[in-house]
Amino acid sequence: MSVDTETVKRVARLSRIAISDERAESMREELNTILGFVDQLNEVDVDGVEPMTSVVDINMRQRHDIVSDGNKAKDVVANAPSHEDNFFMVPKVVE
Amino acid sequence: MTDLTTLTIAEARTKLQAKEVTASELTDAYLTAIEASNDALNAYVAVTADHARTQAAASDELLTKGEARALEGIPLGIKDLFGTEGIHTQACSHILDGFKPRYESTVSGNLKSDGAVMLGKLNMDEFAMGSSNETSYYGAVTNPWKRKGDQSAEGVALVPGGSSGGSAVAVAANLCAGATATDTGGSIRQPAAFTGTTGIKPTYGRCSRWGIVAFASSLDQAGPITRDVRDSAIMLRSMASTDIKDSTSVDLPVPDYEAAIGKSIKGMKIGIPREYRLDGMPDEIEALWQQGIDWMKEAGAEIVDISLPHTKYALPAYYIVAPAEASSNLARYDGVRYGLRVEDDNITDMYEKTRAAGFGDEVQRRVMIGTYVLSAGYYDAYYLRAQKVRTLIKRDFEEVFAQGIEAILTPATPSAAFAIGDKEMVADPVKMYLNDVFTVTVNMAGLPGIAVPAGLSGDGLPLGLQLIGRPFDEETLFQTGNIIEQAAGRLKPQKWW
Repeated sequence: MSVDTETVKRVARLSRIAISDERAESMREELNTILGFVDQLNEVDVDGVEPMTSVVDINMRQRHDIVSDGNKAKDVVANAPSHEDNFFMVPKVVE
Repeated sequence: MTDLTTLTIAEARTKLQAKEVTASELTDAYLTAIEASNDALNAYVAVTADHARTQAAASDELLTKGEARALEGIPLGIKDLFGTEGIHTQACSHILDGFKPRYESTVSGNLKSDGAVMLGKLNMDEFAMGSSNETSYYGAVTNPWKRKGDQSAEGVALVPGGSSGGSAVAVAANLCAGATATDTGGSIRQPAAFTGTTGIKPTYGRCSRWGIVAFASSLDQAGPITRDVRDSAIMLRSMASTDIKDSTSVDLPVPDYEAAIGKSIKGMKIGIPREYRLDGMPDEIEALWQQGIDWMKEAGAEIVDISLPHTKYALPAYYIVAPAEASSNLARYDGVRYGLRVEDDNITDMYEKTRAAGFGDEVQRRVMIGTYVLSAGYYDAYYLRAQKVRTLIKRDFEEVFAQGIEAILTPATPSAAFAIGDKEMVADPVKMYLNDVFTVTVNMAGLPGIAVPAGLSGDGLPLGLQLIGRPFDEETLFQTGNIIEQAAGRLKPQKWW
């Protein structure tokens, strides 16, 4: 399978990465090289094969459903580019 | 007096405990070496000199009192992917500008609790995506090795491999006693092979991933890069743990890996997979592999030809699974919670501009590939198929282990280190990806793999062999890896920097 420039722009939008027309064009070639490479997987007979869900055969450890951590609002926002009163500040999203 | 920066961890440990040297002297020796060499090599992106001196002084007190812990006073470098409390942690990406976590990763915390001293944060490919350390926002790392006859500051600069290029170079050039690294497709073993150092990627789940910047969560594992096999055993014992904060961390005791070194491999069954003999593989790689087989035979191992039929599909499957997981993990870099923000009145434009400015080319490519293969209508054709192929890759290994094979011997890389800015690799991303052709199978199957220096190329550059083990049997890798290093001897670059 290969992608066209429109698809590249759509994927960039889904990825939330701004892309210029020029870059979309060069990105199309790069992505098609990679997609061409992974296309060889179509040679493999995967009928009846379960997709891998865990690489190690262990049961996932469960924890008790209790609060064990928290009250760290200051730590959570400490690295934010913009914050006020322990809230993250973003451009206006509700009119 | 010997140059303190050339000591292995084991040697330094002996000298510290015998009080022949203090932790402060050792730390100062490394800080001096970093100061003198880092401009040429670019291995460190942040040096934490004051922090290191404080830790070393504390270690000296404990050493004096005879209360030394496993790594007391040993100066280490930490890959920039590990969250280190209050200290530069940016995964060598522009998008994490200024990020200083309020927490410590479990692995770096384990090393700290065992008395290790942190010298600073090490360069790497951005978000660990790369095989040459050239995708770092902080610039390429230079391999201390140069081609024979070219060993001057003007000689062609070579890459150290990646993504843990800073870790490998800091160890090879004596800028730390050992380094932490991570491996998603070969990021410990390929740079180790390119720099004449030893690196082990343990079994998935052996080291906690908590606090390490996530790339591809089902593949990422932390491990050490060191000067020899014993040092890797020492470091891994401290790095590994069971961690309640990582639900994929295994609840198994951590063995004394060092005890495996020096044990005989007489009668051990070592598999040689025929699918690793690639078309067009350089003769010197073939010869190195044969040399490794001969060493194993001489040590009494039984060599068995084996088949891992799905080997060639590991790399293409990886380039679906890893970008898919990366696109999800990297969704958090939105200009809101940490790091870089490119302002805009519209929030979507703010996200898009931030991510366009903050992520480098390779990261953008992988996020977009990942987004595409997970998008509606393509999920089954790409992601689901790749995860099925992954099951087959793992099954290949399970079948040979069921036949009694205890370790598998392969080359670590298809070539020696190449030049920074290699034109073919710049032009074709897949060419760069092929660096990991021998290592990526191990991540896809979750197995442990070690790269050990085994000889020099015709150009005088280090080459490594890889040993692959059964799940949670790192001990056999230390045992067999030691046989290779005993036969090959330590490889050291000629100093030009």
